[in-house]
Amino acid sequence: MNFDDEPPIPGGALPILPGHVSPGRLERVLRAGAFAVTAEISPPDSADPHDVYKRAALFDGYVDAINATDGSGANCHMSSVGMCSLLTRRGYAMVLQVSARDRNRIAIQGDVLGASAMGVSNILCLTGDSVEVGDHPEAKPVFDLDSLSMLNIIRKMRDEQCFMSGRKLTDPPRVFLGAAANPFGPPLDYRPQRLAKKIAAGAQFIQTQYCFDIEKFKDYMAVVRDLGLHEKAFILAGVGPLASAKSAEWIRANVPGVHIPDSVIDRIKGARDQREEGLMICIELIGKLAEIDGVHGVHIMAFRQERYVGDIVTRSNVLGGRVPWHPGLANERAENYMAGGTAAAATEDNG
Amino acid sequence: MYRMRIWSVRRARLLKALYGGLEWLLLKADPVLRRIGYDRLDRPFVRLEQVTKGFFLDSQNCGQCIVGFTGLSCPMNCPKKMRNGPCGGVRADGGCEVKPDMACVWVLAWEGNKRLKRDDQPIQVVQPPVDHRLIGHSAWLRELRLKKARPDDSRRQ
Repeated sequence: MNFDDEPPIPGGALPILPGHVSPGRLERVLRAGAFAVTAEISPPDSADPHDVYKRAALFDGYVDAINATDGSGANCHMSSVGMCSLLTRRGYAMVLQVSARDRNRIAIQGDVLGASAMGVSNILCLTGDSVEVGDHPEAKPVFDLDSLSMLNIIRKMRDEQCFMSGRKLTDPPRVFLGAAANPFGPPLDYRPQRLAKKIAAGAQFIQTQYCFDIEKFKDYMAVVRDLGLHEKAFILAGVGPLASAKSAEWIRANVPGVHIPDSVIDRIKGARDQREEGLMICIELIGKLAEIDGVHGVHIMAFRQERYVGDIVTRSNVLGGRVPWHPGLANERAENYMAGGTAAAATEDNG
Repeated sequence: MYRMRIWSVRRARLLKALYGGLEWLLLKADPVLRRIGYDRLDRPFVRLEQVTKGFFLDSQNCGQCIVGFTGLSCPMNCPKKMRNGPCGGVRADGGCEVKPDMACVWVLAWEGNKRLKRDDQPIQVVQPPVDHRLIGHSAWLRELRLKKARPDDSRRQ
């Protein structure tokens, strides 16, 4: 999908529309009222840029933005800044994840400027998993900021054009700010309030933890709507395929904050093809989530199953024929598409 | 002491009122404190806070106390030092992600916040990150000086 005011360089920064804060595609798509799809890319344990390009290409035509994780699960991988540096060069819309676990306020503010200069238009502010759960449990946990104070500081950089210290910036980072939310963690009755606090601190889009428990999520969203939060921020519900009952049980026991009801695990256990059943559950959940008032999109976290993301998006028809911009959708083909080619043809072309 | 931490959160209103009384007294005593010198009083006050807040709240002496906003649950006991609310990793039983045997500091804070019975929801105030220069100094004296400097802000905590 190309906008009317596409820049001369494919994938370059778009003009910032009135009421927008960033030149990015994700903000454009959300503010235009489309149902957005984002996906998490797992950073390689290598220094080869082609490992990054190959992984990103799996999402071509299926997602509006790609989240570059920042040492997720407190495990060492290629940095999110490095991933964004490579992928913004190809025009991809990136969500830079920044964890407060590993860097202090000096490093984070520097990264924000660097990322924005590279063409990153979206930043997801996270506190981060604690070092104890990762592969370097002996590391020093920094936690100089938390997700809320990080949001506050980056918003100040953008809107007041200065560092936290008050020192002026000559050009502010034009970034759309995001935060995570876990609707399923105790204290449950505080979670909608916590979302309100994150929005008050500067969050404009929200990507939630995996939503496997649709009933619980509906209850959460009902309170979110009562508080009017769905009108103040774009909420993208987290989804992902479970590879097998065994892996679902492992995730539930070992990944902090993931809530998977027994009914989901039992369903996968009872299936002949567990992987297919995991995909089916994910596709069904997307359908149900899209119907909830106040949900503006889905965020697909398919850790080590990135190759199924296209399948999930196509089979759930969550984009309704819309093909998000990607490097392969270069000018000529894009023009054909705009002139009347079908969305399916464009997808086929690049799939 | 961990057990006292839980006891204190359940009596958040009482302890808050006690601190309010102490603060009123100290504000009255400001001319005397000033004559002695706030800087000279810092160490004795730190001791006093260690004994009292240390016993009741497991205070970690960050020197910029915000327990009035956190239902009397000291956020510096959080392994991630979160000062603005619970992370997403809280266990189903309300246990800490990092230390499963410890109740999440913010699960306690939310309980204490409810017990404060305040309409303005102090827990929702966005807190700035820790000023590392203040760690180990007296939070009470800092609060007094701030209040003396800005008298109309006396209801801050």
